[in-house]
Amino acid sequence: MNTAWESVIGLEVHIQLATRSKIFSGAATDFGAPPNTQACAVDLALPGVLPVLNAEAVRMAVLFGLAVQGRIAERCRFDRKNYFYPDLPKGYQISQLDEPIVHGGHLDIDVEHGGGKRINLTRAHLEEDAGKSLHEDYDGHTGIDLNRAGTPLLEVVSEPELATPAEAASYFRALHALVRYLDICDGDLSQGSMRCDANVSVRRPGAPLGERTEIKNLNSFRFLEKALHFEIDRQVDVLQAGHRVARQTLLYDAERDETRPMRGKELSDDYRYFPDPDLLPVAVTEAMREEARAALPELPVAKRRRYVEELDLAEYDARWLVADPDVAAYFEAVAASCGNAKAAANWVMGDVAAMLRREDRASADMPVPARELATLIKRIEDGTISGKIAKSLFAMLCDGKGTVDALIASQGLKQVSDTGELASIVAQVLADNPAQVEQFRAGKSRVLGYFVGQVMKATAGKANPRQVNELLREALG
Amino acid sequence: MTAVIGSHATLVEMRDALATKAVGAAELARRHLDRIAAASHLNCFITLCEEAALASAQRADARIARDGHTALLGVPIAHKDIFCTKGVRTTCASKMLADFVAPYDATAVAKLDAAGVVVLGKTNMDEFAMGSSNETSYFGPVANPWDAGRVPGGSSGGSAAAVAAGLAPAATGTDTGGSIRQPAAFCGISGLKPTYGRVSRYGMVAFASSLDQGGPMARTAADLRLLLRHMEGFDPLDSTSADVAATASGHRNEPLTIGIPTEYWDDLEGDVASPLEDAAAVIDRLGHRRVAISLPHTAFAVPAYYVIAGAEASTNLSRYDGVRYGHRAADPADLDDLYRRSRSEGFGAEVKRRILTGTYTLSVGYYDAYYRKAQRLRRLIRQDFLDAFETVDLILTPVTPSAAFPRGAPDQAAADPTAMYRQDVFTVPASLAGLPALSVPCGCNGHLPVGMQLVAPHFAEDRLLALGEAFQRETDWHLRTPPEDS
Repeated sequence: MNTAWESVIGLEVHIQLATRSKIFSGAATDFGAPPNTQACAVDLALPGVLPVLNAEAVRMAVLFGLAVQGRIAERCRFDRKNYFYPDLPKGYQISQLDEPIVHGGHLDIDVEHGGGKRINLTRAHLEEDAGKSLHEDYDGHTGIDLNRAGTPLLEVVSEPELATPAEAASYFRALHALVRYLDICDGDLSQGSMRCDANVSVRRPGAPLGERTEIKNLNSFRFLEKALHFEIDRQVDVLQAGHRVARQTLLYDAERDETRPMRGKELSDDYRYFPDPDLLPVAVTEAMREEARAALPELPVAKRRRYVEELDLAEYDARWLVADPDVAAYFEAVAASCGNAKAAANWVMGDVAAMLRREDRASADMPVPARELATLIKRIEDGTISGKIAKSLFAMLCDGKGTVDALIASQGLKQVSDTGELASIVAQVLADNPAQVEQFRAGKSRVLGYFVGQVMKATAGKANPRQVNELLREALG
Repeated sequence: MTAVIGSHATLVEMRDALATKAVGAAELARRHLDRIAAASHLNCFITLCEEAALASAQRADARIARDGHTALLGVPIAHKDIFCTKGVRTTCASKMLADFVAPYDATAVAKLDAAGVVVLGKTNMDEFAMGSSNETSYFGPVANPWDAGRVPGGSSGGSAAAVAAGLAPAATGTDTGGSIRQPAAFCGISGLKPTYGRVSRYGMVAFASSLDQGGPMARTAADLRLLLRHMEGFDPLDSTSADVAATASGHRNEPLTIGIPTEYWDDLEGDVASPLEDAAAVIDRLGHRRVAISLPHTAFAVPAYYVIAGAEASTNLSRYDGVRYGHRAADPADLDDLYRRSRSEGFGAEVKRRILTGTYTLSVGYYDAYYRKAQRLRRLIRQDFLDAFETVDLILTPVTPSAAFPRGAPDQAAADPTAMYRQDVFTVPASLAGLPALSVPCGCNGHLPVGMQLVAPHFAEDRLLALGEAFQRETDWHLRTPPEDS
């Protein structure tokens, strides 16, 4: 982007709430079921059916509102947003226009050159998702799958305070982490569990806000960033060519890496919002707020601070560990069990992370129980095994071959710490390598590593390296 | 019919005859089905459930023989064709739903089934309950049994005419702005619009959600009470249904203060004025005290009602788009064509008129001038009633400005739809306020019945019905029957 221009970005993120049933009906919300098998009479908008609000969706919205320190409305209301589209069975979407459940609040995000930035939220409101139009495989016709129709959404609207595509992506990430901590969304972007609409405009620094465009339906951090880069460049090009940016709604085509104006009937000039007479206003009582407050978990920002201040972890490590609540929970379990947070952090960020990546496993699906990893760390510390042995032992644990202690015993992995036995091996190694002994005595201290290697080789890696070092120095005088 | 039980016996009489085995359910069902067949010129029914009715009557007889009689076991009734009935088509008198069969029962239907009723069929009505004459039905108009040249009222005209003609002792109806009370008055029967929220709206095809309320239609107030007790109750499937005490099986009479609102009585036309004066005198005789009251915002009720009802209807009816069920245009060229033609072909003129006006009043730039203002008026009208009920127990008013009017209303409506809407002047205020209101016959204008309306505070149906019952012990208007050969 041309540095003479600055961009102004605000995001609207639709978060699918992880309720068991839909927001206004009893149908299940599971993803991936055969088309229209999870749509009941209410979702199909048959004549005479009525919506009934799912209290769990309200609870989750209240939890979110507390987590972002927003104001929870004591009374909120549902409105009808009217437009015709085949995947919108009632011809209107039940949403919240004037009286959302959460007002304000903020989210702290990481920014590019270190440090943080506080992004204010405008509001968060509850609404229902639409179904899906399936344009393939229907012989020229469009298929309609209403399984998703009525899935609860929490739409979180930020103030236009994001300055760059990277900040926008960082905000989206922070929101993603937050809803996973709150356990109100599964966070699975590939299944559309979080979808983002980005409003963006550009201007000369200090100038009033420019005309904005809206890019709809971005479902990955990377696509959000790329789409914004493309759109900002496009707007700058338009303005520099002396034209005006047209206010429009765009779709991002990831394959061609470009934004295109959206067509279709989901767009209307006038949604004729009005209060839904089928639903009574919702009262959020102090008791409901209190219950949510009690259920509020430690959130990423507080957790990160605690890792640094109490566990003495590096800022980078702390940030890395809290990004995923499942990883953080695992790390904490390991650290608590072994009593060594730094070692636990190194293992989780190293071998554990590498294993998850290699096997493409979800972080909720850790193959080694935290208790076992903690035992492994303790066995290194108490000298039972060497670090090198520990690594191969970890691989065995991943393959489910047994517990740490059982494997040490059955595989004979116990470190050789017997001074007499090690001393005779050291003596043998020195006797076998007179030339290297000469070199060492001539001042080439690096040769010590060679001797250590030879001792380890002779003990199949089981020698206690610290002891080996000591014995070698002793023997070499 | 035999002497044991007359063709115009009341619901209570039929229930008692079944309980004492003076008559069997199958016999009752058969007789009513025969009467329905003989009165086909009235066009009261859209769908008859002959086989199912006879089968369920036989099951009822078996149960009565085995376990004795309970509730409404074996009693024949009819449902307005706005209530969804599992396995039996529910048309709402529209081409749009001419072939629609719901996979569920409306809650009110299920409750009555549980009480053991025998459903004779589904009654005719104005299309989507939009009309006051029963002439907007896709299945043709219903004739008034008292005068086939006149309308039975609407929108529950089929139910009212069926009860008046002795085709069913009772029927369900729905009332959005008077659709139970006005046809009850035109047909000389009793009808109750319960408090909004007393009867579940689940499975009742929606017209205007904040106003729609199902209720009973029958010969007597006592029958209404009996039927209501098997329709009402909190329903978790309807967020607007109320969790309140059930209607009692009877109610002690006590001296009441009856409000006479000047706005309703002052310019009353001769048609209904003298029957109403006579009715008021009967109420005096019953020991109640009349006081003049004012409901100052009454004049705004009709415009407020038509704005709110139209707005809600315009979006309630958006679901009829030809995509999932209902009328679908043949060979649509594209999506717009599918929508445009399915809806143009499927809806009648009055429904279209209301969708268009409702869409207009909700539009950007008009919302404040129409919808928001109408809601404000609605609150004022409601407050009028609440203020009045500080000093009175019930309010007595006419139901309609006149007795049943001649057929041909749609032609007049096309010329001046608001003339027809003004017919609702006495019934819409209670609808806007969500209050229970009873319509009972109170006299005649020539050969045509005239009704009176009693309005009670929210959920005071007991008091309302008790006065209706007392009134009907003093009068016999509710026992008069139309000439059989009309």
